[in-house]
Amino acid sequence: MAQLVSPAGRRLVAGIPIAWLSALFLIPFLIVLKLSFSEVRLAIPPYAPLFVLRHGVPVPQLHLSNYTFLLTDPLYARALAYSVQVAALSTIVCLLLGYPMAYAIARSSPTRRSVLLMLVMLPFWTSFLLRVYAWIGLLKSDGVINNVLLALGLVHQPLALLQTDFSVYIGIVYSYLPFMVLPLYANLEKHDLTLLEAAADLGARPVTRFTRITLPQSVPGIAAGSLLVFIPAVGEYIVPSLLGRTDQLMIGRVLSDEFFENRDWPIASAVAIVMLVLLVAPILLLQRFERRELASQELLAQQPEAGS
Amino acid sequence: MRSAGYFSRTMLVVGLLFLYAPILSLIVFSFNNSRLVTVWDAAHSPTLKWYGVLLTNGQILEAAWLSIRIALIAATAASVLGTLAGMALARLGAFRGRGLLLGMTTAPIVMPEVITGLALLLLYVALEQAIGWPHGTGPVTIALAHITFCIAYVTVVVQSRLVGFDESLEEAAMDLGASPATVFRRITLPLIAPAILAGWMLAFTLSWDDLVITQFVAGPGSSTLPMVVFSKVRFGVSPDVNALATLMVLLVSVGMVVSAIFMHYRERRRERDVQRAAAANA
Repeated sequence: MAQLVSPAGRRLVAGIPIAWLSALFLIPFLIVLKLSFSEVRLAIPPYAPLFVLRHGVPVPQLHLSNYTFLLTDPLYARALAYSVQVAALSTIVCLLLGYPMAYAIARSSPTRRSVLLMLVMLPFWTSFLLRVYAWIGLLKSDGVINNVLLALGLVHQPLALLQTDFSVYIGIVYSYLPFMVLPLYANLEKHDLTLLEAAADLGARPVTRFTRITLPQSVPGIAAGSLLVFIPAVGEYIVPSLLGRTDQLMIGRVLSDEFFENRDWPIASAVAIVMLVLLVAPILLLQRFERRELASQELLAQQPEAGS
Repeated sequence: MRSAGYFSRTMLVVGLLFLYAPILSLIVFSFNNSRLVTVWDAAHSPTLKWYGVLLTNGQILEAAWLSIRIALIAATAASVLGTLAGMALARLGAFRGRGLLLGMTTAPIVMPEVITGLALLLLYVALEQAIGWPHGTGPVTIALAHITFCIAYVTVVVQSRLVGFDESLEEAAMDLGASPATVFRRITLPLIAPAILAGWMLAFTLSWDDLVITQFVAGPGSSTLPMVVFSKVRFGVSPDVNALATLMVLLVSVGMVVSAIFMHYRERRRERDVQRAAAANA
């Protein structure tokens, strides 16, 4: 294929998207990094320049004050810890619910499979915001769930469901469930079922067949699904804003409040950098490493076939 | 085919009920007469009153029109750029910058939106200081931001389609003397067209629905539909939003059914062609 396109063509095909994404995705992060070392100022834009001219020479004015402030005010550490806790538990619940769903879809007949897949995809194509909004009507004190519980006589006073940890978990699991089911389905659908039959012939019981054959093979799907749920959930803004507690903010909301309410752009940038360094970067690197390992395994597995 | 056990089938039913119960309740209460969205006013319902309220709300209509225009531009530009990126990753082998491109088309998918939004706005502000453009934020800066985060999704879809079929068709055409442009137009493009279309629709939906990044890069003058909806529902429920949600669910369902039928017939036709070709060769 290398000779299929002229060198100039190759440069264009790869160069145009690289140029666009460098300008609008990579460089902006460098600006965030730069700003996180700046000082807030009552001006437009509200931050001090990083370089100050002294006798005609630009002198960098690096401030670590934003980072020391993040460390000294417990608000930030608490918000980050709460966000990680919410995201981790939501990911586990998504996995426990999504895995059997994906499994059942992957093992159903082809016609039924496409209908079921469509049913999982449909909420994903409708608005995220409106689906979160739907839960307000269900969970409020005079909402559908409380009305049903009251009518059945199961409770005598409406339960406080909205603006609790419970409603945040519900909202995140609900919004991100399709992101867990789809990669798991893509993985489970490719499994070689003759392995299971062979194991059954050799006397392995269903539980053993699952834990020894199906589960190890689905690790890449579990990793992909968990990644697609966990990282965005840590920085989730819409769900905690509409359904969440008012006394405990998540880190995405803290960043947004620092930016919009307090107009403290340097602190907001420092929060973003901390999230990137502590969460996003390690997980992405881990995933990359794992993918390289998997790719090499696949290559090794294919070699005998190619030789025969 | 080994069928799934009772447990996983039960969980599938539970999961689908969980996914659809809130959507159904949105739809049901969009026909409710009462302003209290969750109390069914049996005497005067069902009613289409909230659909009337929705479709005469100038602010919502204006925001929807802005969102449609931005989504059309973002999806189209992202499809072009994402197709180029997908082709580069799937077909160019090892080239300088491949790792960079792979990273920049993977990271946006999982990046928390507050970070992407903040980064883009700071870029616009720095640019304005340096070269005087963009002058403030508005529809143009929203569209540029949407193009950027949509590219990654188109790339993934196109790349996986290209990896799925081998290069021998393209190589055969080259051997028969077709120029690279002809190979692309006659072979590659028809093969990846369904993926580009799927990527375009995904990008359109993501742009149309985006709130968080948009809030950062929108500026005070321009409000997209999600921004208007968010400010309405932030302090409680609002029945005309239920009507809006119902219309959107209806539209998406019709779109999905139509595209499923289309794909089904395409597949059937392809199978018939393959059979006919086999018969002609025999």
